[in-house]
Amino acid sequence: MSAQLLTYLFIGLSFALYIGIAIWSRSATTNDFYVAGGHVHPLANGAATAADWMSAASFLSMAGLIAFEGADGARYLMGWTGGYVLLALLLAPYLRKFAKFTVPDFVGDRYYSQAARLVAVVCVIFISFTYVAGQMRGVGIVFSRFLEVDINTGVVIGMAIVFIYAVLGGMKGITYTQVAQYCVLIFAYLVPAIFISLQLTGNPLPMLGFGSTLSDGVYLLDKLDGLSDELGMTAFTSGNKSTVDMFFITAALMAGTAGLPHVIVRFFTVPKVRDARISAGYALIFIALLYTTAPAVAAFARINIINNVDGMVYADAPEWFTKWENSGLIAWLDKNDDGKVQYRGGDALVPVKPAFDGARQGAGPRALDNMASANDNELYIDRDIIVLAHPEIANLPNWVIALVAAGGLAAALSTAAGLLLVMSTSISHDLMKKCLMPSITERQELMFARIAAALAISVAGLLGIYPPGFVAQVVAFAFGLAAASFFPVLLLGIFSKRMNKEAAIAGMVTGLTFTFSYIVYFKFVSPETNNAAHWLFGISPEGIGTLGMLLNFAVSLIIMRITPPPPEEIQQMVEGIRIPR
Amino acid sequence: MNNNEAYWKANLTLVASLLAIWFLVSFGCGILFVEYLNQFRLFGFKLGFWFSQQGSIYVFVILIFVYVWQMNKLDKRYGVDEDE
Repeated sequence: MSAQLLTYLFIGLSFALYIGIAIWSRSATTNDFYVAGGHVHPLANGAATAADWMSAASFLSMAGLIAFEGADGARYLMGWTGGYVLLALLLAPYLRKFAKFTVPDFVGDRYYSQAARLVAVVCVIFISFTYVAGQMRGVGIVFSRFLEVDINTGVVIGMAIVFIYAVLGGMKGITYTQVAQYCVLIFAYLVPAIFISLQLTGNPLPMLGFGSTLSDGVYLLDKLDGLSDELGMTAFTSGNKSTVDMFFITAALMAGTAGLPHVIVRFFTVPKVRDARISAGYALIFIALLYTTAPAVAAFARINIINNVDGMVYADAPEWFTKWENSGLIAWLDKNDDGKVQYRGGDALVPVKPAFDGARQGAGPRALDNMASANDNELYIDRDIIVLAHPEIANLPNWVIALVAAGGLAAALSTAAGLLLVMSTSISHDLMKKCLMPSITERQELMFARIAAALAISVAGLLGIYPPGFVAQVVAFAFGLAAASFFPVLLLGIFSKRMNKEAAIAGMVTGLTFTFSYIVYFKFVSPETNNAAHWLFGISPEGIGTLGMLLNFAVSLIIMRITPPPPEEIQQMVEGIRIPR
Repeated sequence: MNNNEAYWKANLTLVASLLAIWFLVSFGCGILFVEYLNQFRLFGFKLGFWFSQQGSIYVFVILIFVYVWQMNKLDKRYGVDEDE
């Protein structure tokens, strides 16, 4: 069967499975809709958390980024897993004991303040929207390349699927579809990685394979460093980022992960405090399976691309190369007119992203409006296509290629659903029920939740169809803002009885304002100065959330000492959440 | 010091020591000392590179399970566990 037919088959089957689960697990009460009734088994919650967390970025983009950045990619690997240690040890069990529905719930009750609750609602919605836009781009890429449908049609199909199981099933439906989606996505990630690891090194475990030897007896990483050096690229095992920047970015990703509302809310769905603890452990095992494989995939991809593409005569280019060129994600500019692809270090084009000059003419490459850059590199490869293209580059069977497409969709849809749910919960529960219309009945609240979910899906879909040019730019916001706002407020709310309303609000406002302004300044106001020479202490906008977080902590610790302590019942509440029973 | 306070103190000690290891493997071995460790090898890996892309993640998983195991013991010792 052709790869395209198989892709239709796999995606069709997986979608049928998700819808079947959604119908089987409909939500009847707000408790079901918000936290799946609090009856989710910790192992199921671990798998659901892993799928919730691992987005199109983890599945599609991360290995590609590492393939190009080498050692600098470690900030994603450590940042996005190390955050779970913070979450498991410092937040999850206590928030579970608190036993409410949302993060703004905790902030509003712990700090006895509607203002704090509102700040939290705004943060939840902002963080989640930034994130969801990225998922929809992932859905669009998979559909346009593998099913050769229009990106817009792809986004609409994706929206319809999420609509069915999120609006109908709420958290209960989402939880069990996420368990299925985890199985699909991890299988789809590991199978090609194992195949390629066997091809290159003979070792079936990719995590060990990329530390093994190639058929000529040379260690894979040594070979790769040597090849990269010859071609004028940075060696795979060394990086370009400064130590201070790596430190701050990794810390921001860790604290941001621990403060992300759609991840925290998953721990409200298990029956007991001890379940919350162990389910964070299960979640990290499930995540680590993909995260320890990703750098191996990255190394394999870089070596395969260099071996297959550098020096290739364009007229003999394999099908995958011209197909990705048709999608606009690969571009080639024959700088020395020899008809061969030269793949070297540095960006091939000025500006960096290709601008194609109309449709393909005859058998030649797509013509470009870009200027040639000063170096010898002739090839542009979008980082987002590495995971999808790699099985084709390595000549794997068609069913593996189809499987990867289904896995990419599972990763994007599971995360999108989790994000849409926290947005709708924030609106129906925190904004309507707790702030604006406290008298509504449970039925009405559930209706508001469903309307809000439908609304959020429509907006997310629009963002997918008309992607604002700044999506990639604002993703740095999500983690930085979560680190600078939620993490300190949640942490101090549990570990300090003295922490009060005044300190929480002052801390959040300081952390948010600082981080927000710094990112806006370097990304939008003055992007031409966005380099290490102008950064504060050499910290890039990606890592500035850490400094925002430290400021938040500092302001909170000072303010809480010069303002009155929180009321007696709040202090008792804090004592209560520290004890499991 | 009453029972609950003693439980909380034991909890804090445990969390602090686990987080010290967390910091050491990720920020220490994976970032601050990565260049130094890269002079050593672990099979085909430079050691610092291995810590930053593999080792730290394995340690994170172990840390959470040690925490769960120790906390369940503490819960029982101080009589605050959830099984009645």
